[in-house]
Amino acid sequence: MPFWIEALVSLFLVLGSLFALIGAIGLYRLPDFYTRLHGPTKATTLGVGGMVIASMLFFAGRPEGPSLHELLLTLFLFITAPVSAHMLAKAAMQKKLPLTERTRGKPW
Amino acid sequence: MLAYVIPFCLVVIGLALALNLVRLIKGPSLPDRILALDTLYINALALIVLFGIWLASDLFFEAALLIAVMGFVGTVAAGKYLLRGDIID
Repeated sequence: MPFWIEALVSLFLVLGSLFALIGAIGLYRLPDFYTRLHGPTKATTLGVGGMVIASMLFFAGRPEGPSLHELLLTLFLFITAPVSAHMLAKAAMQKKLPLTERTRGKPW
Repeated sequence: MLAYVIPFCLVVIGLALALNLVRLIKGPSLPDRILALDTLYINALALIVLFGIWLASDLFFEAALLIAVMGFVGTVAAGKYLLRGDIID
């Protein structure tokens, strides 16, 4: 494997895993449910996106050529992550979970 | 270079999984726990893709795809149960 492909794969791997860690830290530390919903739904899709780009680059040099089923994983996650986040947000609003005091424009 | 980067990434994602697990255990409400479970399976997916790169085997993508589908179905079922009190209505 040439050096620049290895460097690119390493860069995307580090970026993806750091994004996953940032999302997990957001899930752990943010004060109420609605802010906690915001952290992982953005950062973990970016994290898996970085991992998938790295693996596409890594497996592109094989004799049967680059494969597309990594892209399938990204497509599936990008479609389903907002759906599940929307569902959880609706459930939390129906249960009237508490907000932090600094939230402006309280809906209830 | 990859021989050093991949164990580092394994450690970082393992840390993320541990933080998700803490939130899953102590989450004050039920939607918190479902959200932590959702994040947990997405991070496990990243771990499996990383493991596939480490072993240079593309056998792991099918497992990752299965985890993605089953995790989404589980999250939707749990969210539907919270929303309506029933899964199929």
